[in-house]
Amino acid sequence: MKVLVPIKRVIDYNVKARVKSDNSDVDLTNVKMAMNPFCEIAIEEAIRLKEAGTVTEVIAVTIGAKAAQEQLRTALALGADKAIHIETDEKLESLHIAKLLAKVVEKEAPELVILGKQSIDSDNNQTGQMLAALTNRGQGTFASKLDIDNAMVKVTREVDGGLQTVELKLPAVVTTDLRLNEPRYASLPNIMKAKRKPLEVIAADSLGVDLAPRTQLVSVSEPVKRSGGIIVDDVAQLVEKLKTEAKVI
Amino acid sequence: MKTLVIADHDNGILKPETSKTINAAVKLGNAIDVLVLGENISEMANQVASINGVATVLVADNAIYGHQLAENTADLVLSLAGDYSHIVASATTTGKNFMPRVAALLDVAQISEIIDVVDAETFKRPIYAGNAIATVKSLDSKKVITVRASSFDLQTEQAAATVSALDSTFDNHLSQFVSVEQTESERPELTAAEVVISGGRGMQNGENFALLNGIADKLGAAIGASRAAVDAGFVANDMQVGQTGKIVAPNLYIAVGISGAIQHLAGMKDSKVIVAINKDPDAPIFQVADYGLVADLFEVLPQLENAL
Ligand SMILES: Cc1cc2nc3c(=O)[nH]c(=O)nc-3n(C[C@H](O)[C@H](O)[C@H](O)COP(=O)(O)OP(=O)(O)OC[C@H]3O[C@@H](n4cnc5c(N)ncnc54)[C@H](O)[C@@H]3O)c2cc1C
Repeated sequence: MKVLVPIKRVIDYNVKARVKSDNSDVDLTNVKMAMNPFCEIAIEEAIRLKEAGTVTEVIAVTIGAKAAQEQLRTALALGADKAIHIETDEKLESLHIAKLLAKVVEKEAPELVILGKQSIDSDNNQTGQMLAALTNRGQGTFASKLDIDNAMVKVTREVDGGLQTVELKLPAVVTTDLRLNEPRYASLPNIMKAKRKPLEVIAADSLGVDLAPRTQLVSVSEPVKRSGGIIVDDVAQLVEKLKTEAKVI
Repeated sequence: MKTLVIADHDNGILKPETSKTINAAVKLGNAIDVLVLGENISEMANQVASINGVATVLVADNAIYGHQLAENTADLVLSLAGDYSHIVASATTTGKNFMPRVAALLDVAQISEIIDVVDAETFKRPIYAGNAIATVKSLDSKKVITVRASSFDLQTEQAAATVSALDSTFDNHLSQFVSVEQTESERPELTAAEVVISGGRGMQNGENFALLNGIADKLGAAIGASRAAVDAGFVANDMQVGQTGKIVAPNLYIAVGISGAIQHLAGMKDSKVIVAINKDPDAPIFQVADYGLVADLFEVLPQLENAL
């Protein structure tokens, strides 16, 4: 069984994004970049399925500028067997990404696609669901547990009221939540080995997908800043302030 | 130009997010129909009918919608989509699940988690864990939108609108419901509570969360948690507040033993008043707190309970 894991290069999760002074976008010059944390969880899950003998091949794919090959090499170092880079310098939206991924799914025919539930830059939480729709597959979003058995995958989902378990027919699409697993780190020998694993580059505009923008980014601004607070001496003063100053209790 | 809102509920209990989402939809300026889908939902449909601004309630009452599976839900919404310029749902785990599927099937973008309506095609939404606010204009003829309910008010009531039943059914067999583990709690829902008290890694274990109970009882508060507390198994996943958990904006948010990582702040920094209790005076949580108490939580939580 083949698994496809789409990944994204994003701002490192420890870095606080800053808005450009002309309010055109977020400033990413000289900002540390990394694999989106939910994508790391997706790669980890695919590799564990391979180690368990359920999966025979793990393919990592990314869509973006040349620099994103760094994250593909990380995926290969973590244990993916091959990588596909759909190269573009355009700023694409989730719908475009899902359509390009659908082309990869058509070609590679993976029984399972595992993606992160959201990327920590655009915070959209869309791509996996869109890909599932475009490929007419069932979807198991926000997964905290996967069980593959007999052409079915059972997915436990983190939902607002607790946990929901659904069963999907394979082929299917799964998106990861934080509790699915704890990703490993790549070892030095594996990082060296990854350099020799296959990485195929495909131009995004060669796949016959309409990449015309569907939204326009009008502006990007700083969020409203909270005005500074005070440090109270003790519980008595805290309660007093909450009663008489803030009037919230 | 009409707007279709999809109501959100948990096992037949209408979520307050629905009313807040209708509040956002009103700002689009169109007539609003609301789709209620599920099993045995007639009472809830009547509740929706009396939310101000609703023109017609469409009811799809069928066992196949019982668990609001994304695949069936998306197909049902798609079958109705022709009549509407805007399709809107709450950015709950239900809305987040089926709405992008609807958008893709309609071949349009989804505008996720809007916090403000600028005009019928332009919206504000947080990006980068809320460290930036994007103003986004949709270029598609149909807009598919999810709403961050905490940024909108509850709608007032009205004389009941028309309720009409839908009988078309969509069951595509791609997925089946297996089971649900519902978190039982007597407390108000995190996203609806006026007061939220959250514990972090500093709580040390699940048993110690009991220290928050007495305070929550006295304040009528919901109890939340940081990711670290959930990952460590102290409390259930649905208590996580943050960028990738629940977004809350209560009148009072009390963070206990939480450092204040950007991902946590993303879920609570729009609270009206923030209190932080942390033994580390340099913890970033103090930068957003209106009232900070630098102290050992095990010492001050019992004191706080007594003082209330
Ligand atoms: C992709 C991604 C998504 C994430 N999403 C979320 C999210 O949605 N929500 C979220 O919360 N986090 C999220 N995180 C995690 C986030 O980065 C932090 O790791 C997490 O918020 C830390 O939780 P914490 O503050 O409880 O723990 P810590 O950072 O370990 O802080 C514990 C705090 O407790 C204090 N403390 C310890 N003992 C005591 C005591 N006795 N008395 C008083 N204070 C004490 C310490 O001084 C410290 O400040 C996410 C991370 C990633 C990578």
